[in-house]
Amino acid sequence: MTDRTAPVPASPSAAPSRSAARATLRAFLENRLAVAGLVLIVLLALFCFFGPLVYHTEQIATNLAGADQPPGAGHPLGTDDVGYDELGRLMVGGRSSLEIGVAAAVLATVFGTLWGAIAGYVGGFVDAVMMRIVDTLLAIPTLFLLLILAAIFTPTLGLLILVVSFGAWLSPARLVRGETLSLRTREYVQAVRMMGGGGKRVVLRHIMPNAIGTIVVNATFQVADAILLVAALSYLGLGIAPPHADWGNMLSNGTEFVQNGYWWMILPPGIAIMLVVVAFNLLGDALRDALEVRLRRR
Amino acid sequence: MNPVLRLEDLHTTIDVRDGVVRPVDGVTLEVGRGELLGLVGESGCGKTMTALSILRLLPAGGRIASGRILLGDDDVAAMTPAELREVRGKRIGTVFQDPMTSLNPSLPIGRQVSEPLELHSTLSRRELDERAVAMLELAGLPDARKRAGDYPHQLSGGMRQRVMIARALVCEPELLIADEPTTALDVTVQHQILELIDDLRRRLGMAVILVTHDLGVVAGRADRVAVMYAGKIAELTDTRRLFGNPRHPYTEALFEALPENSADSGERLYSIPGLPPDLREPPTGCRFAPRCRYATDECVEEEPELRADVAGHEYACFHPVGSAEFDEPSAVVRVHERAGAPAAEPAAGPPLLEVENLVKDFPVTKGAVLRRRTGTVSAVAGVSFSVAAGETVGLVGESGCGKTTVGRAVVGLDEPTSGHVRINGTELTSLRGAELRQRHRDTHLVFQDPYASLDPRMRVGAILAEPLEIHGAGTRAQRSARVRELLGEVGLPADAAQRYPHEFSGGQRQRVGLARALALEPKLIVADEPVSALDVSVQAQILNLMNDLRERHGLTYVLISHDLSVVRYLAQRIGVMYLGKLVETGPAAEVHGNPRHPYTRGLIDTVPVADPWADRQSGGVSGEPPSAISPPSGCRFRTRCPFAQEICAAEEPVLRPFGAGHEAACHFPLDAAREHDATKVYQGENG
Repeated sequence: MTDRTAPVPASPSAAPSRSAARATLRAFLENRLAVAGLVLIVLLALFCFFGPLVYHTEQIATNLAGADQPPGAGHPLGTDDVGYDELGRLMVGGRSSLEIGVAAAVLATVFGTLWGAIAGYVGGFVDAVMMRIVDTLLAIPTLFLLLILAAIFTPTLGLLILVVSFGAWLSPARLVRGETLSLRTREYVQAVRMMGGGGKRVVLRHIMPNAIGTIVVNATFQVADAILLVAALSYLGLGIAPPHADWGNMLSNGTEFVQNGYWWMILPPGIAIMLVVVAFNLLGDALRDALEVRLRRR
Repeated sequence: MNPVLRLEDLHTTIDVRDGVVRPVDGVTLEVGRGELLGLVGESGCGKTMTALSILRLLPAGGRIASGRILLGDDDVAAMTPAELREVRGKRIGTVFQDPMTSLNPSLPIGRQVSEPLELHSTLSRRELDERAVAMLELAGLPDARKRAGDYPHQLSGGMRQRVMIARALVCEPELLIADEPTTALDVTVQHQILELIDDLRRRLGMAVILVTHDLGVVAGRADRVAVMYAGKIAELTDTRRLFGNPRHPYTEALFEALPENSADSGERLYSIPGLPPDLREPPTGCRFAPRCRYATDECVEEEPELRADVAGHEYACFHPVGSAEFDEPSAVVRVHERAGAPAAEPAAGPPLLEVENLVKDFPVTKGAVLRRRTGTVSAVAGVSFSVAAGETVGLVGESGCGKTTVGRAVVGLDEPTSGHVRINGTELTSLRGAELRQRHRDTHLVFQDPYASLDPRMRVGAILAEPLEIHGAGTRAQRSARVRELLGEVGLPADAAQRYPHEFSGGQRQRVGLARALALEPKLIVADEPVSALDVSVQAQILNLMNDLRERHGLTYVLISHDLSVVRYLAQRIGVMYLGKLVETGPAAEVHGNPRHPYTRGLIDTVPVADPWADRQSGGVSGEPPSAISPPSGCRFRTRCPFAQEICAAEEPVLRPFGAGHEAACHFPLDAAREHDATKVYQGENG
């Protein structure tokens, strides 16, 4: 009796899918909410980066004569308190908001992930010291830190990105460290060590890919958080200096005129922030599922 | 007499995302008062779902499609939720597999035991507590009155299972359903729990349904056994008849797959080819036909009904094996045949692996930064043995005895606290750099859980290529050629390289694990419980494969297992470990047939053997292993040893020789005679 021909579960597709990326993409596209999130982000990006090319407005010089106009001909969304066209400002402001959000999230995630993975994998004294640093920094309110830095330096786009990510890398670091602590004791990690594989291989080939779900989801939330944080900072008047703008300072500007009923200064930036946050959250959830090979149907 | 429970053509369905699963598809059976019915089958055969259907505790999407569940005269299938609550806990008690997750960690055990009574009676708190203590006592919990206030985490696994049993029985149910009650426990504790269930059903006169995958568990205790396959009953009869004269080819195949039945001859185990059918679309005709060696066209086209040639022996097969008539003595001959053990193969060649005085302590620490050391777990305390090239040595013992730690030290996963591990005469602990990497090529570990040991995000091809990459072996093309070769070696098709581990069955995953171990052509493979996560028929496939690979590549194995029959099947020599010490070592047949250490004897007696005629007079090992943080002085086994005397506490016994290669560490070793007496009795009966 031979048992050497045990069948393998038949795969419904004739040829095994050759590219992992394609399978991930297919899983991603099957998720309608994910597609909605992605479409939303693409639309917002097009709006912010290509909008100004078709819709020309004056965003440098103020025009106090045409201030506080309600939506109407020439100004589809009206003008603000110094006469900037609201729709054009939304495009320009969105550009900095998105840039800060994405750049800060990427920076914070990459740094935080490495920090957490190293702490978790090496363990012992190194881990204890590295994580105490994180705990200490966490004890400082990010907004407080931002206020101090913004008071010392003139806030520019680059500085804001650095400052926001300085506060933001802590949470991925903690998450990834926790994940690493559990992953490093997995048998497949031990199997690699037993074959003679080094720490670099273990962290980059086995721990990071298996923690990718956590990392990616966290990163998309980071984008939303960063945009909100810059908005909060702008609200306090310490955001990007005029004539540059972002959605946050547009919103804070608008709220001064709540009593006057100038809704066109409040709703558009508010809705834009909300849309971007929702879109990135949807994207994050979907990416996690799409990257999970075990959930994938063939 | 009316049966306690009668299932009539029960069909259960579970709605899943892409279809409907039918885990129970027309089951008819009954259990009488005081009867113990064994429900056996491999995983996924529907035995647990049958048990859950009786209680109507099906998972989400599950429902009883048709059929009746008669508890006395009441149909459970037709009950309202309120009526159902009156049945659960009161008329039917249940014990699940894992006593830790089945108990609430934040309630004292006494309260948990009395909880069913609280729901089903109007007793006062005082009376409830009294009943709980009485029940815990009945379930064999020592110091029940004092311990009733303890929380689950303060109890050992075996004690927790006793608490579960007490809780299941506190309302004096008519029926007890025990779903794999001992699978999570050690063999010695398993034995005690099974004895307890057996004893209680006699004393309380209740019916018991014992659900298990282990034929050995039902063999000693069940009155009748139902063998399930793919949601249907394949065979149903009294235990002796089933084991002595199986009629269904599936039952027969299950028996032939057991390693203990070929332990002495070393011949290939019968393994059932293929996999159980997908219960979303079961095949027409006999469900076992695709895997059956006797199947004909008739089997594929038509479904066999349960039928009986003699009263009380039902089977569903057109081509039954065995004969209708069955007389018991034939089985005695079987026992007699098994008792004649062949001589062990002599160990060949110089030692490949030498372990000398290996000690491994794990510190118990407190605090995050400073990590104060508050104690030491003595996992391995001075173990020495050697393995010759081409030899297979088995290490057996209960969980926590240090066998896995020894294995990990041998492959270099754990650094020993002291002692030496030498491979081909080279000391391991002194190696660095290139030499150390080279050594990683020579030894490899096969893990217990093939799923946990394969990176879920890597394709099998990448998994198998990884050891080659690490050691920079060959070009990319050569590596992928080697991957194909390895897959062929372990009997997997070449396109398996494109798949992820989760797409394989357990046995196939273990094949991948073996293939990875072979990738660098190691000399020594340490296999840590390689088959304990697998079903019997799949276990046989893997054991056969390990045997083949050993012959083909001249491999040396260190086989670590709690299962004596597995170790005995593959290993030429056995080492028995207890609490970090090697207590007995010697040729497999010699240690098994003629144990000198009381622990070895007890271990052999407690292992459930799939043989209803086996000698079960011995009580096995009592109690549970003490903590390794403060092991007993002198002989570590003395706290559970029936022969322990003062000297055992004062002085640690050393390994003493008892014939060729057979050593045991005991002040009062057992005589050699016992097993031979047993053989004589059988011979006498026969002649």
